[in-house]
Amino acid sequence: MLEVLRTIVRRDLLLALRRRSDVATALLFFIIVASLFPLGIGAEPNQLRAIAPGVIWVAALLSSMLSLGRLFAGDYADGTLEQIMLGAAPLGVVVAAKAFAHWLVSGLPLVLIAPLIALQYDVAPPLYGVLALSLLLGTPVLSIIGGIGAALTLGLRGGGVLLSLLVLPLYVPVLVLGAGSVDVAAAGLASDGQLLLLAALLVIAAAFAPWATAAALRISLE
Amino acid sequence: MTAESLKWFWYASPQTFFPLAGRIARVCAALAAILTLAGLYVGFFVAPTDAQQGEAYRIIFIHVPAAWMSMFIYVVMACWAALGLALNTRLSFMMTRALAPTGALFTFIALWTGSLWGRPTWGTYWVWGDTRLMTELILLFLYFGVMALQAAIDERRRSDRAGAVLAIVGVVNIPIIYYSVQWWNTLHQGASVSFTRAPSMAATMFTGMILMAAAFWMYSIAVALTRVRCEIVESE
Repeated sequence: MLEVLRTIVRRDLLLALRRRSDVATALLFFIIVASLFPLGIGAEPNQLRAIAPGVIWVAALLSSMLSLGRLFAGDYADGTLEQIMLGAAPLGVVVAAKAFAHWLVSGLPLVLIAPLIALQYDVAPPLYGVLALSLLLGTPVLSIIGGIGAALTLGLRGGGVLLSLLVLPLYVPVLVLGAGSVDVAAAGLASDGQLLLLAALLVIAAAFAPWATAAALRISLE
Repeated sequence: MTAESLKWFWYASPQTFFPLAGRIARVCAALAAILTLAGLYVGFFVAPTDAQQGEAYRIIFIHVPAAWMSMFIYVVMACWAALGLALNTRLSFMMTRALAPTGALFTFIALWTGSLWGRPTWGTYWVWGDTRLMTELILLFLYFGVMALQAAIDERRRSDRAGAVLAIVGVVNIPIIYYSVQWWNTLHQGASVSFTRAPSMAATMFTGMILMAAAFWMYSIAVALTRVRCEIVESE
């Protein structure tokens, strides 16, 4: 099983490495969305400081969602996905590995660049850690849950817009807890509660969502 | 297969279910009309004026039953979806399809009447910070998602099964809505009626609400079964 995990993650990372522009696009999207808000709302520093966690989290949500289409589309187009499903490896594990690789490529860069955006928004430096930690716990959930939507909309016309309708409502708890943890920390309180709940979400999603994704893949490919 | 289990699945075939659905739908539609009239009469003319909220509270007779139905229909829909995936029966998926629009309608009514009720009592139509409002809104999006996914897939079998998986995934939201007023103590008031204690309202108010809830039940059954009949005619 670990062998399967390692092989799939290594393969997907290698594929991402060969097509670096895809990774860069998602990251640039994140930065651009986060930069648009001060232009639209106005440059009042106190206001920007207050909305920073929410803006960064919403931008992360959208950026993660936009790259979801690639989770299975390439393998579906060249037939790899069918071969994987015919293989002996349990599909749930394969799906979990693909979601993990997707997070390494699309989520982890956001975690690393988020403090920089927070700096632009003039967020207090002690909050960088909470922000990065909340993203570190939350963005994998986005990749795992998003897999269900990606599998359900595989190969559909206009799948991208439909995907957002299916996936964004399921993202709401992550958004509320993630942005909430930074807000609570900004108010000078301990944000352990929100972060622990995020971790719980991650554990639950990692345990159950891959099997729903596997079922959805079987339906989409039969 | 014993004779017992054969009988159990007798109405699982769309052909045999079609006439039965028609009969039940007619009875339920009639009951829905009668119960609505009775419920509205009790609600508007018999129930006393609320000491704190005045006449504005009377929207409760629509709001609370609609909110109940919005959650309950989702659970029923997800049960049919699970049955359909497990037993591979066409009729189960048709029930899933038929229930989704009614559920979305009740969710919308619950949100709409809730915001109309919120204006005089809370002083605002909408509160973003309230968990119950948020989760109910997410429920509406979930209904839309299921319907949009079903509509986007042309191939019947895949459309049925994909919608079913999404409906089952969305069930996670239901307990969160139901317990939101207990878990997070925000603006929305606690449950008006509970199974474990006596109702915290006048008996006539309670009667009106139960009558309206029964009316909404009957309406939902009638409409869903009528829609199932349309689905059967369309696909068979």
